Amino acid sequence: MLWIDKYRPKRLDKLILNQEIGDNLSKLVATGDCPHTLFYGPPGAGKKTLIVALLREIYGAGAEKIKVETKPWKIALPSRNIEVELTTLSSNYHVEMNPSDVGYQDRYVVQEIIKEMAKSRPLDMKGQRGFKVLVLNEVDRLSKEAQASLRRTMEKYSAACRLVMSCTNVSRVIEPVRSRCLCVRVAAPSTAEVQRMLAHVAKKESLSLPDSLSLRVAQASERNLRRALLMLETCRVAQYPFTPDQPVQLADWELYIQEIASDIMQEQSPKRLFQVRGKLYELLVNCLPPTLILRKLVLELLKKLDEEVQHTALALAAQYEHRMQEGQKAIYHLEAFVAKFMSEYKQWSIMAFG
Amino acid sequence: MVQPWVDKYRPKSVSDVAHQEEVVQTLEKALEGSANLPHLLFYGPPGTGKTSAALAIARQLFGPELVKTRVMELNASDERGIGVVRNKIKGFAAGAVGSSVAGYPCPPFKLIILDEADSMTSDAQNALRRTMEAHSKVTRFVFICNYVSRIIEPLASRCAKFRFKPLHGNIMTDRINHICTEEGVTMGSGSMETLSKVSGGDLRRAITTLQSAVRLQGPDVAPATLLDVAGAVPDAVTSAVLSACRSNSFAAIQTAIADAIAEGWPAQAMLLEIQAALLSNDDDGVSESARAGVLLALAAADKALVDGADEQLQLLNVASATQKALCASA
Repeated sequence: MLWIDKYRPKRLDKLILNQEIGDNLSKLVATGDCPHTLFYGPPGAGKKTLIVALLREIYGAGAEKIKVETKPWKIALPSRNIEVELTTLSSNYHVEMNPSDVGYQDRYVVQEIIKEMAKSRPLDMKGQRGFKVLVLNEVDRLSKEAQASLRRTMEKYSAACRLVMSCTNVSRVIEPVRSRCLCVRVAAPSTAEVQRMLAHVAKKESLSLPDSLSLRVAQASERNLRRALLMLETCRVAQYPFTPDQPVQLADWELYIQEIASDIMQEQSPKRLFQVRGKLYELLVNCLPPTLILRKLVLELLKKLDEEVQHTALALAAQYEHRMQEGQKAIYHLEAFVAKFMSEYKQWSIMAFG
Repeated sequence: MVQPWVDKYRPKSVSDVAHQEEVVQTLEKALEGSANLPHLLFYGPPGTGKTSAALAIARQLFGPELVKTRVMELNASDERGIGVVRNKIKGFAAGAVGSSVAGYPCPPFKLIILDEADSMTSDAQNALRRTMEAHSKVTRFVFICNYVSRIIEPLASRCAKFRFKPLHGNIMTDRINHICTEEGVTMGSGSMETLSKVSGGDLRRAITTLQSAVRLQGPDVAPATLLDVAGAVPDAVTSAVLSACRSNSFAAIQTAIADAIAEGWPAQAMLLEIQAALLSNDDDGVSESARAGVLLALAAADKALVDGADEQLQLLNVASATQKALCASA
């Protein structure tokens, strides 16, 4: 079992980070009034941990018996029938899913599945909860139509079914949905907190962790606890006992993007653009989100640039990332960004150095 | 199931609708027994009582029983394309009026309430034109929207228009105090001011925020809780970003924005705060044109965020534009 799973706090009162939120949530459950909830915050901040702990607080240990199901949902539309396949994680009390996985048909999934859940009220009334919980991950990736149809469904079926949602980019969740939820902000742990967690896990695993290594892991993780723990585990596999100057292994794709960035800086020519394009494709076929690629790439480029060009590079990145959201094929926009950046950079360097 | 306070304390009669005197006067006259109610168009910012007023008229005209058959309410979450206008709405509008119930005015027409009408397509609106006239003997329409400019002119000219004003501080305070006494909530010092600040004249938002705060922290409401629940960005975060913008160092804004994102502050709220800070402070030696430049960047970023662009990149871009403006004019 990975350390992130092994040491994930299971209960609200066992939380180490975000204790305040945990206290508030257990108060909420104690009053029996459990509204629709929306957790938002950066990745690796503990949204999922909070959700799992919240479910356990509501339903007790039964919520941990989870079965995974991939089942086709037959949906009858007025004009035609469609069939979508969706993986759900469910216990007796809750269903968890990623409705954005089905792409543009997400609206029907939202409508059908919530309706189906709401129709069958939970049988076991000993648990004294008259409602089920539907956990929706990544609601920010749902289409606007799907979110709009959540709106009415949330009100209509709120007696039998509560929604618990999580997202990173809260701007993409439409206001009417937000205003129907209790919004809970989950902040990323500070570097010191990440270090504290690393020390905690190291102690449980009875490892001795030098401070300088834990500091470097925490910094490299960019306040993402999940990444920090994974990195620590990688370090453990690579070499134990730890040495203070041990290298912290970054993920493959990060190294690859660093490589692309230095390629771009070395030479600005159509030929190099062609090579970079190949590398970008390589990243895309490995299912990295294009937004992440572009963000990481521009952050790497910024490190290597003079102040004057930094502003330009950033403006370009913001512009092309926006276009990427509007457009269909990410590769065009990634490539356009690289081409435009190359030309701007070349012009600047000719101006500056002749 | 605990009812949302927004629904629980919705005004039950037209006269309870707060702060909209002209509207209330006109509607009460119509209620006083004369059967003459024009088609209505309510417009105004969110949370000012438009839907409440429409629902209250319906209830007062027909009473709880007849409302089910005489009133049709459609909002943006229902399908409202041209097909629905042609079949459902037209069918309902054309139907004859049944018998009346004692104790209520029960005028001889039906009511169709189209909530959030500005999100209807102009095709669908056009399809309504003739329907409104042809069945005006038996049907009245109520359109509710935020932007009157999105209602096509032929529809708007067939209606009596009412503008709903944003609620002033003390009127909102009255309503909130009323709810607080009913629910046994005590407001800490400064909570009321904070609440009206974060809600910006939107009563619904104020009530929802209050209820969420009470759910989380119990019946003693402190300003900090309200800010947290409303997702408002504390001043400290904004001023950290702005001082980074003044510093003329790109690395500084990069760290400031990375921190703000890691703390999970919503980017759109950050934009609002930056705008407020920029506009409220006019003796900081920033030229008017530089200020306007920053506002342009803010607007572009907001549009991009609504389209789903990355929060970090957009915020960084705004910060970089702000930095350029501030440092060029300093």
